[in-house]
Amino acid sequence: MTAVTVTDLAPAPGLSDRLLAPVRDGLAVCGRNLIALRRVPRLLIFSTVQPIVFVLLFRYVFGGVVGAVLHGTSYIDYLMPGVFVQVVTFGAVNTAIGLATDLQTGLMERFRSLPMARSAVLSGRTIADLARNVFVVALISGVGFMVGFRVHSDVWGFLAGALLVLAFGFAMSWVFAVVGLAVGDPETATAAAFPVLAPLVFASSAFVPTSTMPGWLQVFANHQPVTITAGAVRALMLGTPVGSQVWQALAWDVGIVAAFAPLGVWLYRKAV
Amino acid sequence: MTTQHSTAPAIRVHGLGKRFKDLVALDDVDFEVPPGTVFGLLGPNGAGKTTAIRILTTIIPPTSGRAEVLGTDVVAHPGAVRRMIGLAGQYAAVDPNLTARENLRLIGRLTQVPRSRRSPRAAELLDRFDLTNAADRPVRTFSGGMRRRLDVAAALVPEPPVLFLDEPTTGLDPQSRTALWELIRELVADGTTVLLTTQYLEEADRLAQRVAVLAEGRVVADDSPHALKARLGTTVLELGMGEDPRAVRAATLLAERLDRAPEREGALLRLPSPDGSLLLMDVLHALEAEQLTPRTIAVRESSLDDVYLALTGRRTSSGGPK
Repeated sequence: MTAVTVTDLAPAPGLSDRLLAPVRDGLAVCGRNLIALRRVPRLLIFSTVQPIVFVLLFRYVFGGVVGAVLHGTSYIDYLMPGVFVQVVTFGAVNTAIGLATDLQTGLMERFRSLPMARSAVLSGRTIADLARNVFVVALISGVGFMVGFRVHSDVWGFLAGALLVLAFGFAMSWVFAVVGLAVGDPETATAAAFPVLAPLVFASSAFVPTSTMPGWLQVFANHQPVTITAGAVRALMLGTPVGSQVWQALAWDVGIVAAFAPLGVWLYRKAV
Repeated sequence: MTTQHSTAPAIRVHGLGKRFKDLVALDDVDFEVPPGTVFGLLGPNGAGKTTAIRILTTIIPPTSGRAEVLGTDVVAHPGAVRRMIGLAGQYAAVDPNLTARENLRLIGRLTQVPRSRRSPRAAELLDRFDLTNAADRPVRTFSGGMRRRLDVAAALVPEPPVLFLDEPTTGLDPQSRTALWELIRELVADGTTVLLTTQYLEEADRLAQRVAVLAEGRVVADDSPHALKARLGTTVLELGMGEDPRAVRAATLLAERLDRAPEREGALLRLPSPDGSLLLMDVLHALEAEQLTPRTIAVRESSLDDVYLALTGRRTSSGGPK
C-alpha cells in the first residue's frame, strides 16, 4: 500500500509559521464572518436602525430639556459622541451571538479539529465586528450631520474620536466573546447582555451630563469606561480641552482586552 | 518513500478513560485500527462513541490512557494530529451563510491547502458529492442530506490519511447513504483509514473490517463483524407465539427441554443457534407436546443486531421486530 511517513504529512511548523498562523487564520475566519454580514443584511440593518432611531429621538425629544443645562453646547453635538459609544457597546453583543451560534451549530467543533491557530476563531470574530463598527459609525455620522451635528475641532479630531470609539467597541467585543463562549447559546447571550449594558450606557454621560444624577450614582457614572470614552470623544470632536481623558479611555481598552482576550482563548480551548 | 507506518496501527487507543464530573463516558477503552481499513464503533446514544472521536480528534483531552493517530500522541502533539485527520461531525458543521464552495475553500485555507489548489479541490469534491448544481447557493438553503454530504466533503478537503466520521449517515435518505458507503469504500481502497461511529448495525456490517461494540463507555466486544456473528451462532430461530402468556410458557418449556433459555420479547421468542433447522425440529416437537404451536416461525441469518442485543441486553435504534 502507499504508506506515507508522518513527517511527509505534517511538517513541523517553523517559527515564522507560528507567528504568521494567528494572522493568516484570523483573517480567513474574519473574511468568512464578513461574508455572512453581507449575505444576511438584517444583521446589519438591526444594528444600524436602532442607533438611528436613538439619534432622532434623543435629538428631538430630549434635546430641549438637556440643551438647557449644557451651557452653550448644542445637544446634538453633545449627543453624537455618546451615541457612537452606545452603538459600539450594544453592538458588542453581536460578538457573543456569533460565537454562541458557532458553538451551537458545531462549527466550533470542526474548527477545533483543524490545524489552525487557537486564537483565530476569536480574533476573526472580533475583527469582523470591528469592521462592522466602522460601517455603522460612518452611517450614524451621516445621519448626525443631517440633523445638525457639527465637528468643532477639525477632521483629525473627528477621526481620532472615531478611532477611540472603535477601540472601545473592539475591547467590548472581547468581553462579549467571553460571554458568548461561557453561555453557549445566542438567546441567553442576548438576555445576559442587557442588564449589564443598559446601566453601563445609561448611567453614563453618553446621553445626559452626570451632574444631575444622585451622588452615589455619580460615583459609578463618572468613573466607568463609557463615560470616560464618551467624554474623550466629545472633547476630541468639540475641540474642548482633552486633558487625560484620551489616555484614560485607551487604558480601559488595553486593560479590558488584556483581561478578556486570554480568558476568551482559554474558554475556546475548553468549550465544546 | 518509506513504508515504516504500513504495519503500525493508524489509530491506537490504550486504556482510554474520560470522566465528565461524575459521569464516566469512557472506561479503559482499548482498540487498534490497521491502516487502510474501516473500523466501526458501534453503540447506542450515550455509549461513548462521540467522546472517543472527540478525544482522537484533539477536541477534548482524555482523563486517562493514551490515544495515537499514525503514531502521534493526541495529547502531546495535537497540532501534528490535526494535520493528519479529517472530521465529519454528528451534526452538519458547515457555515450556513457561506455557499458550499466557499465552505470548502475556507476549510482549504484553514488546513493550509496551497492557494492554487483550493478551488480545484473544492470543485472536485462538489462534483464527487453531487453538489455541483448547488455549489454557489448559501448552505442555509440546503436540505439536511445535502448539508451532511457537504460536511463529509469538508472533512476530505486536505486529503487526510485518517478520517473520523461520527454517525455520517444519520438522517440521510437510503440513496445518499448507499452513495456515501460507496465513497468510503473508494477512500479506503486508496489507503485512507476510516473510523466511523454508527448506531446502525447494517452500516458497520457492510463497511467495517472490524467492529468495537461500546456499551456505557466500555468495549464489550472487538472483532470482525463475521466473527461477532459467528460467536452467537450463524442462525437465529424466531417464534411468534401470539400472546405473551403463551410465550412465557413456551420459554419455560424450552428452557427445560433444550437446556437453553430463549430470549423473550413480548410474544416473540428468539433462539440463536449454529444450526437453525435442526433446532427447529427439536423446538417444534417440544412445543407440540404442550399444544403450544407457534403462530409464526422464521429461521434467519443472525445479524449484528442480535450480537448487540446479546452483548448489551439492549436493542439498537435500527433493529428489532416492529
